[in-house]
Amino acid sequence: MSPLIFYPVAAAAVLSALAVVTARSPVRSAMALVATLVSLAACFAMLQAHLVAALQIIVYAGAVMVLFLFVIMLLNLQDDPPETGRAGLRFGAGGVAVVLAGGFAKVLWEHSAGDGAVLAESFGTTKVVARSLFSDYLVPFELTSVLLLVAVVGAVVLARRDDAPGQD
Amino acid sequence: MSLWAIGAVKSLLVLVFVLQLSAFLLWIERKGSALIQNRIGANRANIFGVVPFNLGFLNTLVADPIKMFTKEDFIPAGCDRFLHALAPFMALFPALITFAAIPFGDSIVLGGETVELRVVDLDVGLLYILAMVSMGVYGAVIAGWASNNRWALLGSIRGSAQMISYELAMGLALVSVVLSYGTLDMQDMVHAQGRTVLGFLPAWGVFFQPVAFIIIFVAGMAESKRVPFDIPEAESELIAGYFTEYSGGKQASFMLADFAEVVVVAGLVTTLFFGGWQFPWLAADGFHLPLMGTIEVSALVVTLLQLMAFSLKVLFFCWLQILVRWTVPRFRYDQLMDLGWKGMLPIALANVVFTAALILARGEGS
Amino acid sequence: MSDYIPVFFTLVFAAVIVAVMVSLNRILGPRTEANAIKDAVFECGNEPTGTAWGVRFAIKFYLVALLFIVFDVEVVFMYPWAVIFRELGWFGFVEMMVFMGILVVGYMYAWRKGALEWR
Repeated sequence: MSPLIFYPVAAAAVLSALAVVTARSPVRSAMALVATLVSLAACFAMLQAHLVAALQIIVYAGAVMVLFLFVIMLLNLQDDPPETGRAGLRFGAGGVAVVLAGGFAKVLWEHSAGDGAVLAESFGTTKVVARSLFSDYLVPFELTSVLLLVAVVGAVVLARRDDAPGQD
Repeated sequence: MSLWAIGAVKSLLVLVFVLQLSAFLLWIERKGSALIQNRIGANRANIFGVVPFNLGFLNTLVADPIKMFTKEDFIPAGCDRFLHALAPFMALFPALITFAAIPFGDSIVLGGETVELRVVDLDVGLLYILAMVSMGVYGAVIAGWASNNRWALLGSIRGSAQMISYELAMGLALVSVVLSYGTLDMQDMVHAQGRTVLGFLPAWGVFFQPVAFIIIFVAGMAESKRVPFDIPEAESELIAGYFTEYSGGKQASFMLADFAEVVVVAGLVTTLFFGGWQFPWLAADGFHLPLMGTIEVSALVVTLLQLMAFSLKVLFFCWLQILVRWTVPRFRYDQLMDLGWKGMLPIALANVVFTAALILARGEGS
Repeated sequence: MSDYIPVFFTLVFAAVIVAVMVSLNRILGPRTEANAIKDAVFECGNEPTGTAWGVRFAIKFYLVALLFIVFDVEVVFMYPWAVIFRELGWFGFVEMMVFMGILVVGYMYAWRKGALEWR
């Protein structure tokens, strides 16, 4: 992986992730999240995982984020007022952030650069991913459909409730 | 060094092809609609009255951009200025780079190096196209939202719901195509279409997947949001839909994005179903005509013929889309969603099952 | 690495072209003074009241987006399956039929409950 491409892409991912939390407007925040997801997809592509990169864009950046935008527009979310009070929440979030940063630091400390595994020639190709998905991970794959079924039923039920007579 | 040069030339070539064809289609559409409606069409552009006769598309192509880019850059009060500028970018950018995955010729040998005649040389080429198509939604959503205009917002919500619905049908139809070819690599797909069946018929995908062809073509037209699928910009209901509050180059970006999508759909359909750059009966060493034997042709001529075949096919499908656009009236919104969700989605699903069963029944599985 | 060079150029060139298209009017276009009437959004001549950001939409659009995600994820699983389908044979066919069958139940449910109706 070329550092010439990696560092700009990684920087874009981190900066856009920062923009997600700092942006006042929820729509801007969502668009920053799209940028984060696309940069991550670029990182996957550079790790030879082309299939995962494409799926990342199709499912996350292309589908899930559209739903996010719809929800923001439907709920009529206005700009976030500056958070005042709720000091406990802040301290809690700060604590979690410190723990996470510590975890990352530990991993970085223990694995110096050049520690990576040597990839097989076929790594990340669609065929290899498909073979393991449809043999070793067959049960999780089939269970996914049940999960998706639950999502369909849940969505329909929730949307129905709002459609009761007299509203509309 | 040469790698960089080749990469730069290839990518510029494809971008210029898409841009030029999109701009050219603007003229074809004006003249074509005139032809269909029995009138003369664009014939007023003139260079300071110096050129006495109408130079046709050249004048129109020069005059249109000049007019576009010398308009005032209008930004409505109370809009989100950043997102307002971002939206045309988000609309045009994915549309422009989508074509990069479509192979426009066989690999050629140039100065001892093999050059693939396509820009994105990935084994997941088809998914790249799908990914870029899915990114095209944001241009419409953000434009309507950022404008702070009720009609524009309504247009963008309608548009995005329509685009994701048809993206689904398109994605499902593509699965049956992948089943047929057994690969996601579009160059391999084109190679597979180089054979002949029954000794004379080119083995084009449309003969194997006619249903998928119709679904992908229709869904592609719906993605480009043109009549009969132009609900998001229905001018009699929503002024101009999500780009109501745009002027000049930004508005041109949305227009150009629509036409770039027309080109992409034409390229996709050509590649998947009509042999891509394959010239009928032309192999790498010359023509293999049925009943008439072989005519040898040099490698350069073969490449040129392939490029020509690809361009002509793409142009034909662009024209077909314009023909449809000026022939069919606009759908109503419920008809539009019904066609996507209740019509094309189950048919595409049934097509996948049917294709898979057929492959196994013919004993092609292990 | 060498595979990404043309991609890199495509992204850069396309970004430059689009950026020029979006910003050229700033340079070439005229600039008139701002005034409240001119800057108002165009809503068929009615004076806009408040912002458009308070407009409520039918919950239907939200439902469409949710159904889209579910079926999009389903379709995404089908691509790797389709690529190695000839290797998997009947086993793969049955696998996918079970997967699809469960989701078709969901589709039928949504249809019967009227989630796909637009009135």
